[in-house]
Amino acid sequence: MANAVPISTESPWPRLGLHPLALLALLLALLGTFLLSLSLGSVRIPLDQVLTIVVGGQPARATWATIIYDFRLPKALTAALAGAALAVSGLQMQMLFRNPLADPYVLGVSSGASLGVALVVLTVGAANTTLLAVVGLLGNLSLVAAACIGAGAVLGLVLALAQRVQSSITLLILGLMVGYLTTAIVSLLLYFSIAERIHAYIAWSFGSFGGVTWSQLRVLAPVVVIGLLLAFTLTKALNALLLGEAYAQTMGLNIRRARIGIVAGSAILAGAVTAFCGPVGFLGIAVPHLARALLRSADHRVLAPACTLLGATTALLADLAAQAPGSDTVLPLNAITALIGAPVVVWVILRRGVARGAFGV
Amino acid sequence: MSAIMLETERLSIGYSPRRGPRRVVAADLSLALHAGEVGCLLGPNGVGKSTLLRTLVGMQPALGGRVLLDGADIAGLRPRDLARRLSVVLTERIEVGQLSAYALVALGRHPHTDWTGRLTVRDEEIVRWALEAVGATDLAQRQVHELSDGERQRVMVARALAQEPLLMVLDEPTAFLDLPRRVEMMRLLRRLARETNRALLLSTHDLDLALRSADALWLLAPGGGLHSGAPEDLVLGGAFEATFAGAGIGFDRRQGSFQVHPPAERRAALVGDGLLGVWTARALERAGCHMVAAHEPAALRIVINGDEQAPRWEVTTNGGPSQQVASLHALAALVRSDAF
Repeated sequence: MANAVPISTESPWPRLGLHPLALLALLLALLGTFLLSLSLGSVRIPLDQVLTIVVGGQPARATWATIIYDFRLPKALTAALAGAALAVSGLQMQMLFRNPLADPYVLGVSSGASLGVALVVLTVGAANTTLLAVVGLLGNLSLVAAACIGAGAVLGLVLALAQRVQSSITLLILGLMVGYLTTAIVSLLLYFSIAERIHAYIAWSFGSFGGVTWSQLRVLAPVVVIGLLLAFTLTKALNALLLGEAYAQTMGLNIRRARIGIVAGSAILAGAVTAFCGPVGFLGIAVPHLARALLRSADHRVLAPACTLLGATTALLADLAAQAPGSDTVLPLNAITALIGAPVVVWVILRRGVARGAFGV
Repeated sequence: MSAIMLETERLSIGYSPRRGPRRVVAADLSLALHAGEVGCLLGPNGVGKSTLLRTLVGMQPALGGRVLLDGADIAGLRPRDLARRLSVVLTERIEVGQLSAYALVALGRHPHTDWTGRLTVRDEEIVRWALEAVGATDLAQRQVHELSDGERQRVMVARALAQEPLLMVLDEPTAFLDLPRRVEMMRLLRRLARETNRALLLSTHDLDLALRSADALWLLAPGGGLHSGAPEDLVLGGAFEATFAGAGIGFDRRQGSFQVHPPAERRAALVGDGLLGVWTARALERAGCHMVAAHEPAALRIVINGDEQAPRWEVTTNGGPSQQVASLHALAALVRSDAF
């Protein structure tokens, strides 16, 4: 450093602030994006009209209120919740496994959900059942239920393992193996299935925030909020883990208990989102890196709220892009998140030089 | 006499795997370290130094006996209470991202803060005191990954100090440091022990530094034997020979260091003294000579001529013709060569 001699008037001690201004800026960005996502779509609704509708006023056209209440508001809320959940879950996984490539799905939770959905979509009913019957049978709810059961089963398995294994790395490998196993079973199911059903499964695997109804939101929202609160209570443990598990232990952290809390909270977040929105990729791995780079901090007391806000914003933006505003086309969400997000993350990481700094891998 | 900070009662260390018989590394260890003292744990590789340290800090359970920290059995302390009495500096090189040295030291307050991890004014005061105590005030703003090994180690000591422990345990704190940094680190640790009246225990391979700096030396020998005492007690008692025996090295009690040269093959007589004489003898010993007094019979005779500015060496062998050399490098080469 050039300024080896500190200026006497300046305190040599840095401030360990919680970056309230940065968090406020992120919150404003989220609110702006949220309103934008209500305004844009196949029909463009002016922002002032959006505000009128949201506060319960009468818009210029009655259909606009219907569009917002029945379609765009639940979708925007879902996107925001899912983005926040995946980002915080990713943050937890990256810290627990001290691996910058970890994401909410390393524990195999989304693979479990995929397996549940695949079992329902690909095998339910006799072989000659028409696709229409399949879709009717599925409804939205049975898909969600299948995904929940799949994710829950893997979650239970991983938690049981988390209590037994010594190191988090073992847990990481076990989670990956569970993921491979379920993926293999899904492949087999796909291989023996008929084209229409395969298509239905693949459509689910693209990920979407659009299919969630108000009644489903009543389940998704509380689960995500609980998961986030659990994550917020564990920020002190995550900070202790910054120096590795050995140091964390010598600082009085009960590693096993902390690990179970982190794994449970993270898996609940990822599982709930996957169940309702499909396996939405990329957000969970990218947003924590963006948050670290933007805030230049490793303090999880800052990073957790930052990831919540930034994750929600990013998910809304990705959904906006997938809508291709002004057109009736809807692009696969997963393709959009990665297509737009990956170059952004590469750029941020190269520019900030945090590739080495993130964990020193 | 100051209070005993760390004490072991018939401590057995080792591993008890879930399957198979348990493996005792050392048994019946009774040790004590007082407040204000620096203790050094020495021993050959693989003898169980790490196992002993890990047991002493509660990272692995004792197979038998007790570890008492300020009179309290550490097995009965909750992790958080133990962390308030005991802090650790590990050998492993930590890798952290966007973390300033100050924030790193602040992590040491972990066992003292509430569940949110919020630092009170007093917490921050202690963080600053710890940084000042290790002389790292000017590093506070720096990112940890920018620090040199020596700076980083000082900051890690500050982090351990910020935990406000009664006992600080350091696993090879001088391992990655060059000689001046090593001396500096040992001096720092001694000063911390004295000034804060805490006990410091460190493991090291640095025999020389340990002999000079430690108040108490624990020498762990292969087979689980342990010698403890002041460094001088152990030298006089022959503990070093016993511990490091058989590896083809000898311990020179007079110098307090190990001999690095193989047994000498030839006798060499040196005429000359002073600084030139000392270093000439060193060079000849390295070249495989056994030094004898000037008047004794020897195959090789070396006479120092000239002064320190322009030294010359005259070498004769078995009464043959003499040769002149102008540097110790040339002298050693001549002695090693087939000509003799």
